Amino acid sequence: MTRYAMVIDTKTCIGCGDCVVACKTENKVPEGLNRDWVVEATNGTYPNLTTEFRSERCNHCSNATCVTLCPTGASHHWNDTNIVLVEAEKCTGCKACIAACPYDARLVMHPDGYIDKCTFCHHRVEQGLDPACVSSCPTRCMHFGSLDDPHSKVNQLLKTRQHKVLIPETGNDPNVYYLT
Amino acid sequence: MKRREFIKVSSLLGTSAAVAPPFMLGGCVTNPPPGTGVVSKSPTICDMCFWKCAGEVYKEDGELWKITGNEDDLHSGGRLCTRGTGGPGAYLDRDRLKKPLMRVTVDGRQTFQEVSWDEALHFISEKMQGIAASAGPERLAMLHHGAGGHHFLHLLRAFGSNSHAEPAFAQCRGPRDVGFRLTVGESASSPERTDMANAKCIVLLGSHIGENLHNAQVQTLAEAINKDVTLITVDPRFSVPAGKSKYWLPIKPGTDIALLLAWMNVLISEDLCDTDYLDRYAIGFEQLAEHVREYTPEWVYLETGIRPEVIRETARELAKAAPAAIVHPGRHAVWYGDDTQRSRAIAMLNALLGSWNRKGGFYIPEKVALPEYPIPEYPKPKFSTGDAYPGKWPFASQGVTNGVIDASIGEDAFFKGWLVYGTNLPQSIPAVKDKLRAAANSLDLLVVVETMPSEMTGYADVILPECTYLERYDDLRNSGERHPSLALRMPAFEPKYESKPGWWIAKQLGNRLGLEEYFPWQDYAEKLDWQLQQVGSSLEEMQKIGVKNFPRKYPLYFRDGQRVQFATPSRKIELYSQQLADKGFDPMPVYTPPEPVPSGYYRLNYGRMPAHTFGKTTNNPLLFQLAPENQLWVNPMVANEWSIKNAEYVRLASPSGAISNKIRVRVTERIGPDSVFMAHGFGHKSKRLRLTAGVGADDSELMSNIKIDPIMGSTGMRSNFVTFVKEQA
Repeated sequence: MTRYAMVIDTKTCIGCGDCVVACKTENKVPEGLNRDWVVEATNGTYPNLTTEFRSERCNHCSNATCVTLCPTGASHHWNDTNIVLVEAEKCTGCKACIAACPYDARLVMHPDGYIDKCTFCHHRVEQGLDPACVSSCPTRCMHFGSLDDPHSKVNQLLKTRQHKVLIPETGNDPNVYYLT
Repeated sequence: MKRREFIKVSSLLGTSAAVAPPFMLGGCVTNPPPGTGVVSKSPTICDMCFWKCAGEVYKEDGELWKITGNEDDLHSGGRLCTRGTGGPGAYLDRDRLKKPLMRVTVDGRQTFQEVSWDEALHFISEKMQGIAASAGPERLAMLHHGAGGHHFLHLLRAFGSNSHAEPAFAQCRGPRDVGFRLTVGESASSPERTDMANAKCIVLLGSHIGENLHNAQVQTLAEAINKDVTLITVDPRFSVPAGKSKYWLPIKPGTDIALLLAWMNVLISEDLCDTDYLDRYAIGFEQLAEHVREYTPEWVYLETGIRPEVIRETARELAKAAPAAIVHPGRHAVWYGDDTQRSRAIAMLNALLGSWNRKGGFYIPEKVALPEYPIPEYPKPKFSTGDAYPGKWPFASQGVTNGVIDASIGEDAFFKGWLVYGTNLPQSIPAVKDKLRAAANSLDLLVVVETMPSEMTGYADVILPECTYLERYDDLRNSGERHPSLALRMPAFEPKYESKPGWWIAKQLGNRLGLEEYFPWQDYAEKLDWQLQQVGSSLEEMQKIGVKNFPRKYPLYFRDGQRVQFATPSRKIELYSQQLADKGFDPMPVYTPPEPVPSGYYRLNYGRMPAHTFGKTTNNPLLFQLAPENQLWVNPMVANEWSIKNAEYVRLASPSGAISNKIRVRVTERIGPDSVFMAHGFGHKSKRLRLTAGVGADDSELMSNIKIDPIMGSTGMRSNFVTFVKEQA
């Protein structure tokens, strides 16, 4: 399996939401729905504070419970990669994947009647481009690439910087990393 | 990842998806991936804010798909911000102005009626000629914001008036620009000429870069953070950059000048100034040393709440990094009425560090020497804008909007007509609604050119619907930057509805006023092509590339020991300002304590949020989804005291009795217990803005304590207080 990862630097993320709007226009996401979102976490009391901004989305888990629990095979790993897609033709809208996702990263329902989600912009990845959110980010805090390539920017960052994933204890082996 | 050239992909996938797949449980069809249709792109200059990033408009199968940054563009670094990415929403907004509208009286009630362009333009030109004949053309003033205003300034000047003002001056960056000019002879420019990517230490003083998305500013600050810059943020609020800073100085609001003077005190008393730079370029150092002697860190601590050792340590950090040190000039500088003096203190501090026009400090911007299209000279006006408010604000380097409004009220008012372009005065000028009503009643003509039915359109005699930036040519962008560069805005679409480009509207009015010779082009493309040919390009080339960068003709920074003539009376950096002293102002900045907060009240702090350009974008359907309303930041102790819960709606009241629209509370530690904060630009009253009307609160209508800067006329707005009015369940 080819493993693609997103590495997001919380040191320079400003929580501006450009990633959210870029995803919406690139992927023509219907009104009222989002495939990615920004979380702000503030700790401490005035004036001893820290704030972390995180751009969040599907973690494209290598061990994706949404894929294993999908009764129809609509949720699948795309082209022997970790990119998780939903095949609309096979999706019955049963929402088992929503229940199975520990990250609450799936859209409730596309108006066309299937469960929609972040695709890591696989249509761009195929062309050698970064996902739309990554290539729009004004602070360049988002990085994308292959974990199989030891020289990739994402591997370099993970080697040299402290990082975390969200809810690692799920065992889902998520592929969105946050530099801290 | 490696980038590749953009590839046009045929619509193969699009057709195959229409054929029923063999296995179909859900009965849905996967939409083809975006970009599989017929894709084309054309250049634009973003109009979502004043920053003017160059971008590329993508269409798929003839429909607007997305807008991205132009890789060759210094303003955007190839990446648009949240608002720029949301640009399609401006074009798609169903509430756009669609037809010219004229105020008529039906059954004794005033209303707007759709009229033809011919009718609207005829009415306006007749009224303009009437004003010229009875009072003189100078009595027509223009109030404007944004790049498209150029067409109407041209019309105004051809008509014989040069009376104009933009709120961007007296309601925003005016004091900063005047303060810098008085000190170093030049403004801090737009885009700001800060060399942040090369800086080793940066001070942000109330400037919340990252909450504002002034694109290259955000990008160069992020670059500096990646290079481990020492970031010092001075802000009573734990702003986004405060969270990225090595030092956050939660200063007591309104005491910034004291801190700046204390920093100068430390630099001078510890002998940390760039004396070679100062000897060569500055005058008044001895007077300054004497002046700041009393502003010791210990004394200033009592005013600012910033501990003396922190003041000393941060001053030393600045000195250690100098000249690669920036005390950022900020942008929205209209705070307490002594704002020109505060901006001067910032410029002076940069001079002590030797950072003005030095690497890692400020750079010298350069433009393209772009010839103007040959047209006859404008007639010389008998009056300038400042003649409308004689004797006031001697250092106002541009028209003062609040001065123009005051001079438009009453039968014998100086101004008889307004042309308002792209600015929503009811929100951009504090507490102005009564004055606007009075002015609208006094003026013979009030024309508003807009894309959206803003509150300002409600005051107009005639509303002219301009098409959006995605449907028009405007002037070439030629702003001072690290490299000279030109950028093109061109139509990606035909104008929707009956909207028209600004250049067309101005030309039509010019023709009706007998000013044809000033508008010799049939299409604005001809004018742009002629200009581009003069600098070795062409419209055809620019339609392909969008941005053209040119080599610099002079260095980016001062060379070591370079002889420099500054554009001040002494030809030096003026630490002591004789010209201020001559007009009766303090020759060096003096600290005045802010008014105390009345009991039971809180300081009203306001600013930007990254999703919006104030009220200009709140109705944009894409950005509305991201941020539909503003929130009121309230410290948990204050919330507790008032029994206000997070996410509850409250109203705010000013001491003069103004009550705000309801606003949702965000209980957060990121603000101290003496203030509340909200993003500006919400609480729209215009019902024709169907998404945003009535959503959130408008800070500007809560302002009753405006501090006018006597030096240049700006309206200080940080001296306002509010208290809570709880919503009844």
